[in-house]
Amino acid sequence: MIELVVTIKNKAGLHTRPAATIVKLAAKYKCEFFISRDGMNINGKSIIGVMTLAAEEGAELTLTFDGPDEEEAAKEIVGFFEVGFGEE
Amino acid sequence: MKSFKEIYKGSDNKIAGIAAAPGIVIGEVYLFTKEKLEISKADITDVEEAKINFHEALERSKKELTKVFAIAKDRMGEARAAIFEAQLMILDDPVLIENILTRIKDEKKQPEYIVDDEISKYQQLMILSHESYMKERANDIEDIKNRIVRNLRKKRWQSRIQSEAVIVSDSLTPADTLLLSRNKVKSFITDHGGLTSHAAIISRSLNIPAVSGTHNATQKLKDGQKVIVDGFHGYIIYDPTDEQISFFKEKQEHLVALQKDLEELTDKPALTKDGREIQILANVDVTGEMDIVKTSGANGIGLYRSEQILDELGTIPTEDEQVIIYSRLASRIYPDKITIRAFDIGGDKFRLFDYHEPNPFLGLRGIRLLLENPKLFKSQIRAVLRSSSNKNVQFMLPMISTIDEIQRSKKIIKKCMAELKKEKKPFDADMKIGIMVEVPSAAVMTKEFAEEIDFLSIGTNDLIQYLMAVDRGNDLVSDLYQEFSPVVLRTIKKIVDDAKLAGKPVSLCGEMAADTLAMPLLVGLGLRSLSISPATIPYSKRIIKSFSYKDAKKMADKCITVCYEAEIEKTIQKFFEDNDITRTRNII
Repeated sequence: MIELVVTIKNKAGLHTRPAATIVKLAAKYKCEFFISRDGMNINGKSIIGVMTLAAEEGAELTLTFDGPDEEEAAKEIVGFFEVGFGEE
Repeated sequence: MKSFKEIYKGSDNKIAGIAAAPGIVIGEVYLFTKEKLEISKADITDVEEAKINFHEALERSKKELTKVFAIAKDRMGEARAAIFEAQLMILDDPVLIENILTRIKDEKKQPEYIVDDEISKYQQLMILSHESYMKERANDIEDIKNRIVRNLRKKRWQSRIQSEAVIVSDSLTPADTLLLSRNKVKSFITDHGGLTSHAAIISRSLNIPAVSGTHNATQKLKDGQKVIVDGFHGYIIYDPTDEQISFFKEKQEHLVALQKDLEELTDKPALTKDGREIQILANVDVTGEMDIVKTSGANGIGLYRSEQILDELGTIPTEDEQVIIYSRLASRIYPDKITIRAFDIGGDKFRLFDYHEPNPFLGLRGIRLLLENPKLFKSQIRAVLRSSSNKNVQFMLPMISTIDEIQRSKKIIKKCMAELKKEKKPFDADMKIGIMVEVPSAAVMTKEFAEEIDFLSIGTNDLIQYLMAVDRGNDLVSDLYQEFSPVVLRTIKKIVDDAKLAGKPVSLCGEMAADTLAMPLLVGLGLRSLSISPATIPYSKRIIKSFSYKDAKKMADKCITVCYEAEIEKTIQKFFEDNDITRTRNII
């Protein structure tokens, strides 16, 4: 299992479009993927779940990956957070 | 034998309303009330069936949303369209779907309740987050929830409504009416709505007797109660006595005999006594109506309301889908002609976008909406052209209020023709283009507008509404909606005369022509073509045969000079008496 903390870098926060991209990325991998914040633990493969996360600029989220391809999944998804979802 | 008057006078088990669609029906009440529209928490016995229904509702929702998504991208841009993409993903959300399926199995409740409850939980979380944008997001989720629930409900209604039912509801949307009519319901009764509500129009075109505007039928009537519906006089009798039942059974037999007599008129032209031929065309609202059109003796389809496809499908059809629908209609009516009216959406009809207009009747509707959505407009023009190769298709533009709108539309049509030519797809290069005259500005400038196009059609429903500045669906002012107002008569006369000056044919296709009382007047005003509900065609032919054009013109000329509606109605009534014309409801 991999556990990592990421920070939201873009101004608009985790809005609908990046939420959709994260779920699409996660769907490619077999491993389980969870996002948690303030005690809320959300299945990262569920779009409606990810949409319930309010995550503004600067918010910290914990990502956990668990499964055979956890390393590849973590690399790609964490990378997406690190580039600020490709937004300002 | 007693008369209707005597029967009604002596009965206290009756409810009065407006005669919305003719016919007599004896059946059992099915209350289609708002409570039933609410989420049902009822227990279920067949879990497998519930699961299948849930999957079907998801599929149907996906199909609808895919179309909405495409339009949204076109109109609102990628950013706003992202919400529709997210909604589509929710329909495939593995966690959500698994939870719902498990709960259906464990709790054995209606899937619509589980869907509503499960998605509401997420919405609750979003609202609790105290971020303002999250509340908005909760609203976005509301839409997808309602979509799935609606599709589940459709299924539930369809399986529960008995085919012999008399549907009683406070009001019916066009979509409800269509959905219900597929279940072969016998009759419709509504608390609200008048002769020109879309539910009433559809009832008439499907030949389903209806009484509307009863105010309290939903409160007075109970599920399963026996009722008699009289769509000629606008009465409902509940818990009928044996005497009442035998009276109405006899009337039903008379009606069958009368319809047989009328059938003889089917192949005969509608000629006045002095030999003036009136072209009688059919208005077509729903595809199922074609059978009635064929047997009614119509001289073609004067108005095909193409927006009904949107109601029936719940989505916007592609160009190819439209080609299939239009070609089938055109070949079935061949060698007669069909006039396809471009999607007339907006106002009280199909809502395409979420944008809430403060005043939809004066807003983006008809041709305005089409010109704003060139992709949608072009797909329809191309489909109509591609269905026109047998040269029996005409195209009509709704809600025209300026010459500019005609010219812009013609430009787009020319462009579509050039494209099809390039693609080597056959079409009628001389296809006739016409306009609806239903906005007062078009009535004022009829002659100039007419010079731009090939034909005109007067749409009385909207014309009267805009002339009198009255919302026909608003009970508080609906009595100002006067078909026989001198203003309406003079305006129709002006349009007919101006069209003649421009040398262009003019027809009339509003519900005004459905009222047999208006028939001699319209003929007298100079109209030689009328487009009406197919079910009423035989009745109209019978009326036309019983007077002369000369007399009708004299009567119309007199009506034009009068200042009060009541006086005009009296003049028409007298014309009926003088010419010994009995209205249909008085002969059965």
